[in-house]
Amino acid sequence: MKNLIALILGSLFGLILVKAEVLSWFRIQEMFAFQSFHMYGIIGSAIAVGALSVWLIRTFKVKSLEGNLIELNDKAPRYTSAYVGGTVFGLGWAMTGACPGPMYALIGSGTTIMVLAVVAGVLGVLTYAALRDKLPH
Amino acid sequence: MNSIVEWISQPWPWYVAGPIIGLMVPLHLILLNRTFGISSSFRHMCAACLPSKLDFLNYDWKAESWNLVFAVGILIGSFLAATYFSTGEPIALSEAAVARMQEFGIQDMSGQHPADIFSWEHLGEWRTLLFVILGGFLVGFGTRYAGGCTSGHAIMGLSHFQLPSFVAVLGFFTGGLIMSWIVLPLILS
Repeated sequence: MKNLIALILGSLFGLILVKAEVLSWFRIQEMFAFQSFHMYGIIGSAIAVGALSVWLIRTFKVKSLEGNLIELNDKAPRYTSAYVGGTVFGLGWAMTGACPGPMYALIGSGTTIMVLAVVAGVLGVLTYAALRDKLPH
Repeated sequence: MNSIVEWISQPWPWYVAGPIIGLMVPLHLILLNRTFGISSSFRHMCAACLPSKLDFLNYDWKAESWNLVFAVGILIGSFLAATYFSTGEPIALSEAAVARMQEFGIQDMSGQHPADIFSWEHLGEWRTLLFVILGGFLVGFGTRYAGGCTSGHAIMGLSHFQLPSFVAVLGFFTGGLIMSWIVLPLILS
């Protein structure tokens, strides 16, 4: 059941990424050059709807489909890793023009070479796993 | 029916697409009892395909396999969108963005990305290796180091006012601006 829901939600998400041109390398360059409101509008309105949803879920103590009260854990207060790791991700985001979701959407919509970006990303995870104890967090 | 397909086939404006993306937050919480986030799928693939003794990769990834199924869903949805619900028109970039791309020597803006970089035919060229392989590596390494990507930190994290997520988004833009303003002009010119 959970997998079926995830498949449907993922399909909807993939559809939107294509329709809203979020997977476009050009749109990402345009965003980082502050030359269009498009990407800021998408991310900003997504956060607004997300925040309102979280507030409603907490206020009305909404339960999940599994029947338990929805609780949100705080992110670990690690600021060095958030900033430095975020910067490393930002470099890759502007280079590939894609964060992980759009990478999958690019593969699905025909830019199959992005399979290599995903494979490289998995190797990036492996490298992080190997260096984790030595990195400041 | 035809008019519906025609309507869906147009590019969607930000105020339609953004709120639907935002709905991923409550849909995940209510239907899946999980937080929204996509970059974890890289970690699950790593744990599944490359078994190792590293602590970070020794966990029950199968319990989070829904996240990989979500990624498969993205493949399906984007395939359907590109195949059946698309006009094939070039993206309506701002004039300023078009001018900047031309300064970089990019003339063909008909696709999602510069076709002479992001394609198999150019795989052996250093620019393609850099943009696809190094770029992908940085995304994988950076998202795990930061603990999330645009969905997990920017959208999910900021939706419940997490300070680490705000700091991570500052990092996203630090890296993005360095790449876009300093490194890319050097590579492309």
